[in-house]
Amino acid sequence: MSCQCGSASKDERFVKIDQILDQNGRDESFLIQNLEQIQHILGYLPEDVQAYLAEAMGIPLSKVYGVVTFYSLFTTEPIGKHKISICLGTACYVKGAGEILAEFEKQLKIKVGETTPDGRFTLTACRCLGACGLAPVLNVNGKVFGRLTTDDIAGILAQFE
Amino acid sequence: MEMVTVTIDGVETQVPSDYTVLKAAQKAGVHIPTLCYLKDINQIGACRVCLVEIDRARGLQASCVYPVSEGLKIHTHTPAVLEARKAVVELLLSNHPQDCLTCIRNTTCELQALAQQMGIDHVRFTGERKEYPIDFSSPSVQRDASKCILCRRCVAVCNQVQNVGVLGLINRGFESIVGPAFHRGLGEVNCTNCGQCINVCPVGALKEVDHTERVWKALADPSKHVIVQTAPSIRAGLGEEFGLPIGTPVTGKMVAALRRLGFAKVFDTDFTADLTIMEEGNELLHRIGTGGKLPLITSCSPGWVKFCEHNYPDFIENLSSAKSPQAMFGALAKTYYAENNNIDPATIYSVSAMPCTAKKFECARPEMEASGYPDVDAVITTRELARMIKKAGIDFLNLPDEDFDKSMGASTGAGVIFGATGGVMEAALRTVYEVISGETLQNVEFNAVRGMEGIKEAAVNIPGFGEVRVAVAHGLQNAADLLDRIRSGEGDYHFIEIMACPGGCVGGGGQPIVSGPMRLTLPEDYQALRHKAIYTVDRDKTLRKSHENPEVIEIYEKYLGKPLGEKSHHLLHTKYTKRPKYSVEIPDQPEK
Ligand code: SF4
Ligand code: SF4
Ligand code: SF4
Ligand code: FES
Repeated sequence: MSCQCGSASKDERFVKIDQILDQNGRDESFLIQNLEQIQHILGYLPEDVQAYLAEAMGIPLSKVYGVVTFYSLFTTEPIGKHKISICLGTACYVKGAGEILAEFEKQLKIKVGETTPDGRFTLTACRCLGACGLAPVLNVNGKVFGRLTTDDIAGILAQFE
Repeated sequence: MEMVTVTIDGVETQVPSDYTVLKAAQKAGVHIPTLCYLKDINQIGACRVCLVEIDRARGLQASCVYPVSEGLKIHTHTPAVLEARKAVVELLLSNHPQDCLTCIRNTTCELQALAQQMGIDHVRFTGERKEYPIDFSSPSVQRDASKCILCRRCVAVCNQVQNVGVLGLINRGFESIVGPAFHRGLGEVNCTNCGQCINVCPVGALKEVDHTERVWKALADPSKHVIVQTAPSIRAGLGEEFGLPIGTPVTGKMVAALRRLGFAKVFDTDFTADLTIMEEGNELLHRIGTGGKLPLITSCSPGWVKFCEHNYPDFIENLSSAKSPQAMFGALAKTYYAENNNIDPATIYSVSAMPCTAKKFECARPEMEASGYPDVDAVITTRELARMIKKAGIDFLNLPDEDFDKSMGASTGAGVIFGATGGVMEAALRTVYEVISGETLQNVEFNAVRGMEGIKEAAVNIPGFGEVRVAVAHGLQNAADLLDRIRSGEGDYHFIEIMACPGGCVGGGGQPIVSGPMRLTLPEDYQALRHKAIYTVDRDKTLRKSHENPEVIEIYEKYLGKPLGEKSHHLLHTKYTKRPKYSVEIPDQPEK
């Protein structure tokens, strides 16, 4: 539904999207490029942004959503400032990565794949980080932490504002 | 077209150079199985059921997308081909709930037919099976994604034929699923309820929302007076469900079957189709005379009306305020009919048999309570009616021909042709011509508005008025094209007919399903074949103009007064609502 409030107070996100579209073009062939740049600015692709883009480009929303869900580079959930990736590869799993993950979920009060409401952390799981010697292992923003126990977690979180 | 010579299974044959291998084989009388392919609609080479061996090509090729060329040698049933096709179907079955016994498409399912044809007696592969909840959100279409084989025929029809585009392919690989964006239900998005997706689905993943249970219940309830109205297109399609060739009219047997099912009265929606012409025709004259909003656009196709409300709200004022024939019938059943026959309207149970899934939505619109009760209590599609007849054990083909009941059962040829694209227009012209000119129309057949062309135009000279310019569109993509033309200032029409379904109601989303392989063998579009039934019934009628319908004349004399009068206004006219295009709110686009 269109909003009745006039473009003066148009949500800033959409003003930026208009600029991207003016620059790249609204033809269907620019869909992926437009999505990439919008995600770059907003961090993710929420529903209203996808619908707005579909309307602006004159393509069905189902198609936009199809492309967004086809490529793993697109995300429809906000990504936190810090991304925690917990390795659930075999070696880590055997050494208790499951409990580590559960502890993070407990302390952050979110499930794997989600972001804390304050936008500080996103919790994800991954397959083998290639550091099996340090199992169980995780990385935060690329920084690796190994030989973890559940007691280490509060300390790790405290390092990231 | 240039011809090329190809050899299919050792037999040389000449085919046009733009043919695919599948089409060439078809022409040569060789049957290649298909699943995702659907003539004129979906040609994406996705399922690989149609594999063949081609001398020049490495590996097996999907014949539905492989173009012919001079000297091509094709083998359609080598051991490698047969084994590969079988493996393809087995893989589909390994991720498929094999619920055939309780499935709506049992014995009419294309996947089931393939499994049988390929002699699959067990499935060698086992693996994880995808299970999804059933989507019950729509009043018209029920979607069971667990049975979906991802052929994308529904995606093609919803996007390209209907220009609605609510169905799409989501995710990738094993996670793939076909459905609306954000995994919403069909009832939560701008689906038009047209049901065209049901008509193309090869399996039981899409079906109409069932109303037969409530009808059985009403029929068994002695306190209920159960009546039925039947839309014009039902009689042109119902026979197919009993093995008759496409295009066989079965009006008399249909009436007989409905009586045997236990309906107290069997009425004809054609009666209110004639009434629609009286109201809509007069509305046209009124708008022309008073400088009202033109072009006037028909409103009898609820799929089209919803499409307009979501996507072309700037045309809502152009929509005729006249209700659809089903809705008019509903409003009169519990008023006019009840009063005339001293029946308490509260005890009347009003059923409509329609070729249309969108009519299930229409009957639930809030404006459909003009009588003070739900005007229509249940809507069954042609397919549901056939199921009821079969369930009751009625020997349809050997029924005698019977007539509709009186008082709301008389109809003219004009009412009948409502079922075909161009029919409402033709019916309106027959009446408007005579009303304006006061002269008798010599040739009542307006061929310019008949046929399967997507957008048809005509100009009719009416003595005493001048030229009336009309246009007809069927299928929502054509409708959108026509409206875009008008938006851009092209095309200056007085009157436009739009039907949501290709071919008009005969091609409705509730009509018998014509399978993919069947479509490939038909000499013409199945809708065109059904048109023949409609026009035959029209030709055989003595009365062919709505204003000559004696029961229509009677209802105006005794009950309604005059077209567009106060009573008509209350019972037979309605309003439309702007609806959002998206399931989330978005701001306006910048001014161009
Ligand atoms: S969709 Fe076809 S194969 Fe699947 S359960 Fe239904 S009838 Fe059987
Ligand atoms: S009913 Fe029509 S509009 Fe709705 S999903 Fe099916 S084809 Fe699309
Ligand atoms: S719902 Fe039916 S038509 Fe659509 S992709 Fe699935 S199987 Fe094919
Ligand atoms: S690939 Fe040809 S029918 Fe599916």
